[in-house]
Parts: sequence; structure tokens; C-alpha cells
Amino acid sequence: MSGSVDIGVKLSSRLGKPWRKPPFINSAPLRWTLLIGTVVYLILAFSSFEVNWSRVYAGLERGWRFIVAFSQPDFTSRSSDIIEGMTESVIMTVTSTVVGIAISIPIALGAASNIAPMPIYLACRFIISISRALNEIIVAILFVAIFGFGPLAGFLTLSFATIGFLAKLLAEDIEDMNKVQAEAVKSTGASWLQWVNFGVQPQIMPRLIGLSIYRLDINFRESAVLGLVGAGGIGATLNTAFDRYEFGTVAAILIIIIVVVMALEYLSGIIRARVK
Amino acid sequence: MLKLDKLTKIYKTGDKALSEVDLEVPKGQVIALIGPSGAGKSTLIRCINRLVEPTSGSATLDGINITTLNSGGLRRERRRMGMIFQEYALVERLTVMENILSGRLGYVGFWRSFLRKFPQSDVDEAYRLLDRVGLAHMADKRADELSGGQRQRVGICRALIQDPALLLVDEPTASLDPKTSREIMRLIVEMCRERDLAAIINIHDVNLAKMFVQRVVGLEMGHMIFDGAPEELSPDVLTRIYGEEDWEATIETVDDDDEEDGS
Repeated sequence: MSGSVDIGVKLSSRLGKPWRKPPFINSAPLRWTLLIGTVVYLILAFSSFEVNWSRVYAGLERGWRFIVAFSQPDFTSRSSDIIEGMTESVIMTVTSTVVGIAISIPIALGAASNIAPMPIYLACRFIISISRALNEIIVAILFVAIFGFGPLAGFLTLSFATIGFLAKLLAEDIEDMNKVQAEAVKSTGASWLQWVNFGVQPQIMPRLIGLSIYRLDINFRESAVLGLVGAGGIGATLNTAFDRYEFGTVAAILIIIIVVVMALEYLSGIIRARVK
Repeated sequence: MLKLDKLTKIYKTGDKALSEVDLEVPKGQVIALIGPSGAGKSTLIRCINRLVEPTSGSATLDGINITTLNSGGLRRERRRMGMIFQEYALVERLTVMENILSGRLGYVGFWRSFLRKFPQSDVDEAYRLLDRVGLAHMADKRADELSGGQRQRVGICRALIQDPALLLVDEPTASLDPKTSREIMRLIVEMCRERDLAAIINIHDVNLAKMFVQRVVGLEMGHMIFDGAPEELSPDVLTRIYGEEDWEATIETVDDDDEEDGS
């Protein structure tokens, strides 16, 4: 009620003195040690790079040839390879995204702490961490070793990677949902599945759609990289073109990838704006 | 009909939200549950349909002990207890019709509800209820397009389509303006009278409670410290429930002024 509650600080001792924001790290010696240590480390780290200038000079010319090739991309001389690679990539992207999403949804439900019991929560979080910890390239090398060269390994890799991405972000959205809306559905006597369908799903649908399209985009880009380790798709075509120093074909492939990614990005923007 | 016996809730934090509450509500009676924030009003009604698990004691509805039911039995009994919420708690991205029909989820199978193929009798009843609350033209609107008062009317329809024996009403007017508050309270009480429903209504506003109910129960720190007719709410009683304040100004008799029903 009154402004003069005694909590140990006298107003008179505060007046007339400047105010400063309390520092993030309170102890001054620790603060300065961390700051100076960081600067010294950065100086040492940068000076450890060795630059061979004559090598750079030779390399510049090769780099220039690569860049110049973009002014004359060669779509025709390897056109059948490019079409085959793109078809494979698109198939890989679409199938792996669909399968990845289908597996992600139950895992996301299990990985949301507000709706899953502890043992299921831990199991689902474990699956997600594994999927996120392993880089696509490493997983692809493993699957190529098991299933051989070709798009099957790429499809499996991308499905696996989609799970970690989608299930984690979707689970976070489920955890942020409005609890009372879901509670209201539960209070009608709905079964668990009905509760998910009426109380949870409508709340996470925009996020699910947005993330799925975003993942489609990522999977397409990844499919181009996976070809470099033998997992099929346009990446394999790209790799071959590099090996043959056919920079015109390389440029053509890169341009196609960029155009497709931009188109997907544009499409996802439109769809996400419409789903609210 | 509803009987609470020493109902107690202690939260994991050690807070004792409800302390041995005994309460009996006969068929068709509407009671107001008053008390300051944190007194345990919300916990009390959530312990009845077990959205919150009571720690001890029991709640019995028509002879069935709800507190000990397994999940299937609990779902069956929840159908008989319609709930109305403070912030309406409509699923905002579903249509008005879907929200109302969700009140039938306890009665239809998963695939029927998933495909939104509810029995014709449910759909007809939903339209009748919507018409009764004056929102027949809103059936296919998304719930988040409605105003507060309209949403609460849909919330009332959702609770009533369950064909409940008891309404659990949690601060139905806390987010509404004074006029809409009265309309909503009047609607709830009228519906209870038409269908001979019992109701427990949590409410902050003592005057609003006095206008509409026959019985008031006062809760303070989880203890039931008042149970009587609205006229018995003296300044002394209100001080015991809410703490020291000048209650004379609040208790002025409210004229039941010009009845303008929104429906």
C-alpha cells in the first residue's frame, strides 16, 4: 500500500547517484580474464592460417574459368543425364518428405512433454537426438554401404533426417499449444485419438504445413549434395560433371537447382501466408 | 445428485488447493461458487470431472464414484458433465459447428468424428441449440471470427449438446463486458431451468451471482466457509471470504433492470 516499506535500502542513499545497468558477469577479474582471453585466442587462431600466395594466384585462374562457365551454361550436351538426375532427385525429395512427415507426427506427439508420459517422451526424444546428431552425409555413406549406390540410399537418408527436424519442431509447437482448448475437448468425454484430432491437431496444423513445405525445400537441396557420396539424384550427375571438368554442365545443373529452390521458396511463402 | 465427500487436492508444490470440501448439489439446482483468486474454485470443479486428479476424498454423480473410475468409465461420466470455460476454450481454428459437435465426441466413434460424419440427430440438435442462442447464421464461421459473447454462447451449446446432468461453469463472464455478462449468466440459468440441470458456477462478481442463483457457496484458501442463500451474504461473510474491504458499497441491492435478452 505505502511506498515506504522497509526492505533494507534507504531512499536517501540512492538519490543523486548515477544508475548503471548491472554487468552480465558480476566478478570484475573473471569478466576481464574472459574478455582478454577471447581476444588473445582469436589473434592466435587467425595467425595460424598459412596462405600460399603463389598457389592462390594459380587457383584464381581456375576459379575464374568456373565462374565464366556460368555465362555459357551447357544444358544440351548432357541433357539426358541432367533429366535423369533431376527426376531421381524429385522422386527422392517427394517420397522422403512424405514418409518422413508420416513418421514424424507420432514421434512429435510422443516427444511433447505436456501430452506424453515420461518413458514415451524419453524414447521419442532419443530418436530425435539420434536423427539430429548424425549429419546427412554420414548417414548417406552408411546407407550407400548397406544398399549400394543409387536413390534408395538417398531416400532413406532424407526420410531419416526429416524425422529429427520435423518431430522436434512440431513437438515444440505442441508444447506451446493452448492448454485450455485441448482441455475443453477432453472434458466432453473424448477418447485420446479424438482429443488429438479435435483439441491438438487444429492448433498445430499451420505449423505442420509450414514446416513440411520448408522440409521439402531442404530435402531437395540435400538431395543434390547426397549424390556426391553416391546416393543418387542430381548430385550424382553434378559429381560426374565435376570429375570431367565439364564446367558448362556444372553451371547448368547449379542454375537448375537454384531455380527450383527459389520456386519452392516462393510457393511455400504463398501457402504459409494462406494457412493461418 | 452430485455429492462431494472430503474432496482434497494438494498440488505437487505442496499447495493445498482444496481442503476436505463437502458439498451436495440436488438435481436442477444452480449454485454460485465465490471466493478470491486462488481460493480453489477452478480446482474444485476440475476435480469433479478429473481434469485435475483429486488427492483424496470422492465425488459421486448419481451414485457413481467418479474419483475411482478407470479411463473408459471416466470418459462415459464426463459426457454427463458439460463444462463452460472462462476464456471460452473454443478450438479456434475449427468451425462453430465442429466446436459444438465436439460435445458429442464421447458418443461417437473415432472414424465418424475424424471424418466429421456425425449422426443426423446430433447435427439437428446442434442447429437447434445455435438457433436458441441466436447464432444460427454462424455455423460455418471459424470460432476465432466470433466476438467474446458469441464465443461463450457457442461454448454453452457445446456443453449442452452433451446432454449433461450437470454443468461445471468456470468464470463464464470474467472476459466479458457487464451487459454481455448478464446475458450469458441469464442464458446459462435459463438453460438449466429448461432442462432441469444442476450447475456449479465459479464467479468473481458477487452481485452478478446474487442476481441469478438460489444458493451461494464461499471458498477461501481451499476451505468451504459459507453455504447459504444469496441474501445471507452479509458484509461480515464477505470479509471472511475476501478479506477486509468496505462491503456495504458492493451489497447495494441490484435492481433487475430492463430485461434485454440478446437472443
